[in-house]
Amino acid sequence: MNTLLMPESSINTQSPLKVGVACVKLVKEFGDGANRNRVLHELDIDFYSNQLTLLVGPSGCGKTTLISIIAGLLFPTSGDVELFGTPQSRLKGGKLVRFRAQNVGFVFQQYNLLPALTATENVCVPLLIQGVPRSQALIKAKEMLDRVGLATRAGAYSRELSGGQQQRVAIARALVHEPRLLVCDEPTAALDGNSGRTVMQLIREVSVQPGRVVIVVTHDSRVYSYGDRMIEMSDGRVTNISNSPSSSMTDSQVISQFKSKETH
Amino acid sequence: MNWVAWKMLNGDPVKYLGTVFGVGFGVLLIAQQCSIFVGIILRTANPIADVREAQIWVMDPYLQNADEIKPLSDSDLYRIRGVEGVDWAVKIYKGLARAKIETGNFRQVILMGVDDQSLIGAPVKMIEGDIRDLKRPDAIVMDQYGYKYLWPNEPFQVGREVEMNDRRAVIVGICDVSAPFQSFPVVFTRYSQAVQFVASERQQLSFVVAAPRQGYQVDEVCRLINEQTRSIGEKSGLIAMPYREFVWINIKYYLENTGIPVNFGITITLGFIVGTAIAGQTFYLFTIENLKQFGALKAMGVTNWGIVGMICLQASVVGVIGLSIGLGLTALFFVATTRLLPDLRGLHLMWEIAGGTCLAVTLIICLASALSLRKVLTLEPAVVFR
Repeated sequence: MNTLLMPESSINTQSPLKVGVACVKLVKEFGDGANRNRVLHELDIDFYSNQLTLLVGPSGCGKTTLISIIAGLLFPTSGDVELFGTPQSRLKGGKLVRFRAQNVGFVFQQYNLLPALTATENVCVPLLIQGVPRSQALIKAKEMLDRVGLATRAGAYSRELSGGQQQRVAIARALVHEPRLLVCDEPTAALDGNSGRTVMQLIREVSVQPGRVVIVVTHDSRVYSYGDRMIEMSDGRVTNISNSPSSSMTDSQVISQFKSKETH
Repeated sequence: MNWVAWKMLNGDPVKYLGTVFGVGFGVLLIAQQCSIFVGIILRTANPIADVREAQIWVMDPYLQNADEIKPLSDSDLYRIRGVEGVDWAVKIYKGLARAKIETGNFRQVILMGVDDQSLIGAPVKMIEGDIRDLKRPDAIVMDQYGYKYLWPNEPFQVGREVEMNDRRAVIVGICDVSAPFQSFPVVFTRYSQAVQFVASERQQLSFVVAAPRQGYQVDEVCRLINEQTRSIGEKSGLIAMPYREFVWINIKYYLENTGIPVNFGITITLGFIVGTAIAGQTFYLFTIENLKQFGALKAMGVTNWGIVGMICLQASVVGVIGLSIGLGLTALFFVATTRLLPDLRGLHLMWEIAGGTCLAVTLIICLASALSLRKVLTLEPAVVFR
């Protein structure tokens, strides 16, 4: 078996699909007047829970803008995002921030760990934001670090951790408050091949579960095999949606298909 | 989130120390320069302030400061004593004399002639000898630093003699007085003795100091003295004023007629600008350097008010510790310099300046916080994806 491909047994193809996040005629424009630039063109996409959805496409195709809107960090120009049955347009100001704090977990390309905090302290930040007492938050953070295999580095600062370890801490931080939506932006872009695969494996293992939508933005073709579903974007439009890329394509096929789309 | 804010602040010890010491240095510059300026200006009025019994000072109406005196007539004392509401009034002499010691060395001295009978105007704090010995013939009391000017590195010795205006003067005591504006020795003697230690003039009475009778206010007695001693048709009588007013007349004179305020004004302004720049910029940069971290926290669900609270906490900690360091260093500077350099005695960190510096630094930190907060609050959380 190709080492880059997921074992068939780990792909969630049998469970009934339930829409967690639905984008309805989503449009996003930046700038005004003649400088107006439409980045997303009336996107209608559903993201299912209990699935890892890969959002792929060349740089500038609108992937990051889309996840920023889904996560409530940007507002759409028109259209709406329905998050677990709640239209985002109904969540304004403090409500949206609270919703994000409780329901969204983030994994960033550059980890964005607070350098002044240890791994455990970084992981407990989302719980502190929700008002969980520090002692309880630290206990839960340690448990989460244990799940991502970093129990022995709990007291280490980010500068003392490798890139892969930092991203694992970031994954633990993103999941410690058990969010219903996990958004990962290029989680493997700053990592070497082995670390990238370890991180993707971890995301799959610890985050994919019923009731949770997992969206991973990537253009790292080495990790396509870890997705249950792949949404391809180009120029702000969805160009293709495919299920279980690993089950239908070999790794070289995935790469060549992706490359051919990029060049076109 | 206060805990996270605290950890963010001191997580990098080098940056943390740089920030608090930056604010501390700014505080030091502001507090030290202001203290030196105020201390030097207050010195101009110290000989007046040291005559603690005198609530009312009477002088020639054209007098501009306590060092530029037009003598009064001896009969003026009796005119003042005759004013209703005056409890007592005595003569005070203040002038400059030359004191020559046994080696031939001499120094200009500030000569204070106090009331012969009551010794009103005499120093309060004696280091050697007894103030009552001032009633002995040719007796003088010299201030400790004046003694050190005349006899450097020699122990205090009561009974030593100096020569003033070809007259013998015997030191019967060493006293401590507030530092005068000029760094001259201060010599106290009786009024009748003082007029003999200086070149003779027809009139030698510098001031009359008085106190109100019980039941009379100081201002009311001053008004009565002014009314009853005024010459008809012209301003040539006497003028009486509370001692605080006289102190301010001296201070204003030096502020308006010397280069001190301009020179110190420039120094203080520069100190303030540099202090402000250091204190404000270090904190501003500290927050701006953490912009991405604040962005990540905003993305994770920290509200704008939460961010405001975090930055306010950081600002308060930096402000309080920076102020403590700065004010502590300022106080230490004055303790050290006044011990090592007697000419700088009397200069110290006043509570008013400490309070003013606290206010100024609070404003600076608030401004720096507001500027950095503006950046943080307008920061789109989506920046974390870039």
